[in-house]
Amino acid sequence: MAYARAERVLPGFGLSLGFTLAYLSLIVLIPLSAVFIKSAGMGWQAFFDAATSPRVLASYRLSFGASLLAAAINVVFGLILAWSLVRYTFPGRKLVDALIDLPFALPTAVAGIALTAIYARNGWVGQLLEPMGIRVAFTPLGILVALTFIGLPFIVRTVQPIIEDLDAEFEEAAASLGANRLQTFRRVVFPALLPALLTGFALAFARAVGEYGSVIFIAGNIPFVSEITPLMIITKLEQYDYEGATAVASVMLIVSFALLLVINGLQAWTARRTGRTV
Amino acid sequence: MAGAAARRAPHSGSATRFEANVATRDRPYAKYTLLAIGLTYFALFLVLPLVAVFAEAFRKGWEAYIAALVEPDALAAIRLTLLAAAIAVPLNLVFGVAAAWAIAKFDFPGKHVLVTFIDLPFSVSPVVAGFVYVLIFGAQGWIGPWLSEHDIKIIFAVPGIVLATIFVTFPFVARELIALMQAQGRDEEEAAVTLGASGWQMFWRVTLPNIKWALLYGVILCNARAMGEFGAVSVVSGHIRGETNTMPLHVEILYNEYQFAAAFAVASLLALLALVTLAIKIGIEWRTGLVTEEKAS
Repeated sequence: MAYARAERVLPGFGLSLGFTLAYLSLIVLIPLSAVFIKSAGMGWQAFFDAATSPRVLASYRLSFGASLLAAAINVVFGLILAWSLVRYTFPGRKLVDALIDLPFALPTAVAGIALTAIYARNGWVGQLLEPMGIRVAFTPLGILVALTFIGLPFIVRTVQPIIEDLDAEFEEAAASLGANRLQTFRRVVFPALLPALLTGFALAFARAVGEYGSVIFIAGNIPFVSEITPLMIITKLEQYDYEGATAVASVMLIVSFALLLVINGLQAWTARRTGRTV
Repeated sequence: MAGAAARRAPHSGSATRFEANVATRDRPYAKYTLLAIGLTYFALFLVLPLVAVFAEAFRKGWEAYIAALVEPDALAAIRLTLLAAAIAVPLNLVFGVAAAWAIAKFDFPGKHVLVTFIDLPFSVSPVVAGFVYVLIFGAQGWIGPWLSEHDIKIIFAVPGIVLATIFVTFPFVARELIALMQAQGRDEEEAAVTLGASGWQMFWRVTLPNIKWALLYGVILCNARAMGEFGAVSVVSGHIRGETNTMPLHVEILYNEYQFAAAFAVASLLALLALVTLAIKIGIEWRTGLVTEEKAS
């Protein structure tokens, strides 16, 4: 610390850092550590049994599977949207750009009931799908729809600035060497976008795994079929099964920490490749 | 996303730049195919739900709409939502300024770890966020017995709702300010102090004017999330009508009672809040974009 003190001209270091650490500990770190301390008190066998009961395992499969799929869908369509917003002029472009952030701003419960209304059997989209035998609301497909909705801005907002910063020179060089647009995209543009796409994918996935509000209305919440992992915590809590809820919550927390590390790594990689923080 | 207000200049004109250059211009069929796919997806997944909220809200007409909003339980929910945001947002604002000041203006070991910890609430599931407070303050929790002896209620009461709201909105202001203040460096503040300004003078006259837009940006995003939070608040609320129901929880109760028009009426207020938030956000991005361009020229 001595080196910092020697060059310090500005006031308020002790006060601001002290307050930051105290507030962070009280609101975030101590409460989160409660989950692990409670887990440690359970004993390994009890913890393992609670965290891997068949119904909970089914919820992991659903939550992780649907989140992966939703993030993958958004990588494709998010890239198309980000590309369109940066590269093309079209009427309403600014409005589309502004509304991309809607899933960040719209409360999840509102998104949840709106999606349910649209995809229910008598809903705007639901009644079109019904004759084809496709049911979305109250099935795992509905969960996928909700997770796709909330994940879109993560991809668009991570990739968009990178596309904006792409130097035209690379594409010019590719074109002058005889590459067509598709080849240029595959060999020159896509590799430059890859770190950002993966970062966006990881961000969308991380959000989707923990998502609750937008999913819960459309899911149907049938045990072993359409119960997501966050719902398992609530279900166990309602049955006063605190140990069970704690075990599932610690699994989710560990996954969150792991994803946070992955995302930090991906962001560092993106920054190295593009000189930009996302 | 960090420091978006600080970095994202409006990119009007950039598209024409790409379309004017033969090497970066896509063939018309590629352009229109991609646009058609992208915009269909956009309409289906983003516009349709938004339209549905308002269509369902007005399905039974204006009178039913207004009636759903002025009924006592709805008003109590609106009041509680405003209260939770009114406590959580200022607290996280003060924290954001303090954290950004320490992190952006000073060097100290463990800085990266601290920044990662500050972002932590964004990666934790809202349900887990609410649950951790149950573990501490709930009847079975660490200090639950002590609290009930002293007749203090946190879980299934307003303090729990406020705590959960603070947790989920924790990083918003801090991450905007950290990104911006790191980019700004410390020269201007050092000059102010060297010229004899006191700490507060330096803060009010130099720092605050420099960060005001990013501050506002963080605050409106923080507020939108605070008023709209569902999962975390749901765990600690207990869903007591008229007492511990926030607006999103009230929407859930109405919806589960099949009062769809009323549920969507309350939801439409939240959707309106989201739209206003986005409008202010765009306004700030536009404004800060102009400011950087002026400084650059």
